[in-house]
Amino acid sequence: METNFIHHQSAHCENGVASNLLKHRGINISEPMVFGIGSGILFFYLPLLKVNHAPAISYRPMPGFIFNRAAKRLGIKVKRVKFSNEKSAQIALEENLKNNIPTGLQVGVYHLTYFPDEYRFHFNAHNLVVYGKKDNHFLISDPVMETVTTLTEAELEKVRFAKGALAPKGQMYYPIHIPTEIDWEGAIKKGIKNTCREMLAPVPIVGVKGIRTVAKNIPKWANKKGNKIANHYLAQMVRMQEEIGTGGGGFRFIYAAFLQEAAPILKNDKLYELSKEMTKIGDLWRDFAVNASRVYKNRSNQTDVYNSLSKELLHIADLEENFFKMLKKAI
Amino acid sequence: MKKEEVPQDKGNLSKNNIKELCYAIDENGNYTTALSTGWEPKTIALQNSIQDINERIENARVDVKNGKISPIVYFMELHKMDWVVLSSYVGMWIWRVKRHRKPAVFKRLSNKVLSKYAEAFEISIEELKNFKGE
Repeated sequence: METNFIHHQSAHCENGVASNLLKHRGINISEPMVFGIGSGILFFYLPLLKVNHAPAISYRPMPGFIFNRAAKRLGIKVKRVKFSNEKSAQIALEENLKNNIPTGLQVGVYHLTYFPDEYRFHFNAHNLVVYGKKDNHFLISDPVMETVTTLTEAELEKVRFAKGALAPKGQMYYPIHIPTEIDWEGAIKKGIKNTCREMLAPVPIVGVKGIRTVAKNIPKWANKKGNKIANHYLAQMVRMQEEIGTGGGGFRFIYAAFLQEAAPILKNDKLYELSKEMTKIGDLWRDFAVNASRVYKNRSNQTDVYNSLSKELLHIADLEENFFKMLKKAI
Repeated sequence: MKKEEVPQDKGNLSKNNIKELCYAIDENGNYTTALSTGWEPKTIALQNSIQDINERIENARVDVKNGKISPIVYFMELHKMDWVVLSSYVGMWIWRVKRHRKPAVFKRLSNKVLSKYAEAFEISIEELKNFKGE
């Protein structure tokens, strides 16, 4: 059995699955649109939660949030099911495929056989679409890959039931109701307002203030924990910012693309200007990644390099604070 | 980022013939997408992490050899796990899993408990028991 699903590559897995599943149902929605309406841009810093032995820094909300929020704002109903039992998870998936429903799955990355070894970490919030089954192999559309691929029953079961933080528990999801009229304007405005509220939140670990807290902590990492650990933390931060999925610059370029696409829909020329500004900020995040990588490559011992990275990040935080204030006003 | 600036460095992705999608602006300032084979700062960051993991594995191996810790710690590091991930895979409380890192406690473990670890590490009970850090 095989559904007539079309694979499009995307930067980020969750936007990509959402965009591909909705395109299959006849809604022409791009990855940046899903990302913008779902308020995908975010920053948070949880120093006590360790991921790969470094403090958790994220440039996006919790897994599932982007698609859920985007769907809600567009009036689309998405069904999500979790399973306690491997067998029933597979039966439910096959049932869907028989009914010609391509289905989104949350999976763990560590056992994904088609990923390069270096990228296989215990990260459980990856997303892909299963669009058919042939000769005991499931047909897989992983949106971060250029082309489609396959997994055996055992391989798919393993990634659907990966363990650890955010364990997927076999979760599958698919749209069950699509409205006849979609209020794009309203959905975009809600998405932007929500993003501004979160990025300007008066909480020291979220949004612009979260970026400032990280900036101030960089020299402290070096002083208190030594250069080796500080460099490890920085490397982890750059990976969260740039590794497969962010489209570059910690999602800033995807967001700029969203603003550009939203401008004619809202008939708001200010969004073109703001898109340009966001592109510039994205370029500064790229510069930050370049400079951070120089620090851990050369293993420079001056405290100065950490201070200059810290200053660079504070500058980005200032620009973003100004940006989101202007964006809020423009809507 | 301009489209012609989308990095095409050699790295962990190009080695595996994988390209990732980036967002960039074209010559008219319009957003478009472009494929990237890799970017040096990312490659360095990833190498840093891999090096860190390899050091952790090596330290664990030496500690097992010197009888300081049980093989569980070595295989945990080898599979890039931490206590939280491991305890979730074997279905035991963290404090209990942490107790099993002591060689004396590990020696007394029943085959039933060992089999949970062996399954999580995808090895046999014998391989787990007989690992001496060599």
